[in-house]
Amino acid sequence: MEKTVIAAKEFKVLSPTAILGYGFPEASFKRGLEMKPDLIAVDAGSVDPGPYYLGAGKSFTDRAGVKRDLRFILRAAAELDIPAVIGSAGGSGARPHVDWCREIIEEICAENHLNFKMGIVYADISKTAVLAAIEAGKTEALHGLPELDAATVARVEGIVAQMGIEPLQQALAAGCRVVLAGRAYDPSVFAALPVAEGFDKALALHMGKILECAAIAATPGSGSDCVMGILRDDHFELVPLNPLRKFTAESTAAHTLYEKSDPYYLPGPGGRLNLKAVRFEEVPGGRVRVYNSRFEASERKMIKLEGVEKIGYRTVSIAGMRDPIMISKIADIIETVRANTESTLKAENIEAELYFHIYGKNGVMGVLEPEKDVAAHELGIVIEAVAPERKAAASACSIARSTMLHYGYPGRIATAGNLAFPFSPSDMDGGEVYVFSIYHLMENDNDSLFKMEICEL
Amino acid sequence: MIRKITEIARVVRSKNCSPFELTLDMIFQDKAIYETVKRHNAVNAANIAAAYGIPASRISGIVYFDPANAVKVVMARPVASGAPGDTDVYGAQQHAPLLGLKLEV
Repeated sequence: MEKTVIAAKEFKVLSPTAILGYGFPEASFKRGLEMKPDLIAVDAGSVDPGPYYLGAGKSFTDRAGVKRDLRFILRAAAELDIPAVIGSAGGSGARPHVDWCREIIEEICAENHLNFKMGIVYADISKTAVLAAIEAGKTEALHGLPELDAATVARVEGIVAQMGIEPLQQALAAGCRVVLAGRAYDPSVFAALPVAEGFDKALALHMGKILECAAIAATPGSGSDCVMGILRDDHFELVPLNPLRKFTAESTAAHTLYEKSDPYYLPGPGGRLNLKAVRFEEVPGGRVRVYNSRFEASERKMIKLEGVEKIGYRTVSIAGMRDPIMISKIADIIETVRANTESTLKAENIEAELYFHIYGKNGVMGVLEPEKDVAAHELGIVIEAVAPERKAAASACSIARSTMLHYGYPGRIATAGNLAFPFSPSDMDGGEVYVFSIYHLMENDNDSLFKMEICEL
Repeated sequence: MIRKITEIARVVRSKNCSPFELTLDMIFQDKAIYETVKRHNAVNAANIAAAYGIPASRISGIVYFDPANAVKVVMARPVASGAPGDTDVYGAQQHAPLLGLKLEV
């Protein structure tokens, strides 16, 4: 059945914060509510903090911060009778993250006597579905990774896919006033509802691309402040909600670069945004209007998969060095300490890998550090051991640390000890170690790939 | 004229653009400076690779982005974000070698 949708003149989306749990000033949020938004949407996720959080099923944001932000959002949504959409729940958006966020929402509802219909859209993709896609030649590697194979799928903890707008639209169409989504393409939570109501998909997605970082695209930028996006027929308008900030053509254009490999083409589920012709226009009130965003649907509908595998455990030891003789010989000393430690580990049948992070030398840039001379009067060191067994990581770190503490390097005159430890215990359990091993595209035409649950709160 | 990048850019930064890639952004102070940099192709794979002491083949993209008076460089990370041996999970502190660039403008 053909559906004719007559678009309202404008659609306002309130973005409270760049990451759910990062917070926002109450005054900015209130100013946003006074403008009568049609939707509150927030992105809760990022892969920036690394592979651990997806693997361990933990959030990189704090529970108290997330609860505080959600309390404001859910109460406001109920009061204004508008939907709230949350994407990439719990930071990584796998089932444990979504359920963690769901529990927080249930708590808030009980404490604030809120009632609404909530749709929960999980982003976990079954290994069977991914194996079938591999079999059918429907996966594609990104960023120079090897092609996806069954062995990698078997090793990962689980797989999430970044959902586009369709699964969120299904939840909204089912009457859900709050949609809690697992891993989602960041702009989806902002764009799903206005696109369903007939607004331009390219503008909605491009607006979402900016709103997902909240006030980061304003100047001065902030990841912990609210902004409003107003979608209209042929443009969208960005509105600062804090008198300290404004949007400028430059700040908005500069944000388009942020964390992207090519600012002209931004790929997402089902296609890409083409910003070749985009125009930024400043209007009074620190606002910016954006015109001419284009969406190019791809021939095959691809979604991005993410998966991490556990490779073992980590123990670290932190120390400092102040002896100028030692500092002048640090490269040789590390080499010998490594060799001596590795020979002990081998003799004792302990399987582990050692890493020496030398701050003041190349601790920050590692092999990319072009500055080869050490000019510092003190150096920091993090001795890191990674091993398949937790005990082995602890043993390897301990042996490396004690070897380094007492190594009699040539020319040494400070014979009591080589390292200054700021802490007792000197060694810390760093938990499980994961690595990203699935970051691939998968062809998918099936919107019900993402499992939905609806509940009444 | 040769000028230091710190005199003509107002933003010089690095960040992951995926767990496997780093992106370096240089945003110039105004359109005139940017246009000159672009005309001279003053930011290119050869001088970026030299600043980092890596082969130019490691630079996978250089894009001049007119709307922001900016040039973006993309390179493979030596180690994936958070994998053993990584030194900068977010990739936010890999820009320093750019600060020594001297560009023909």
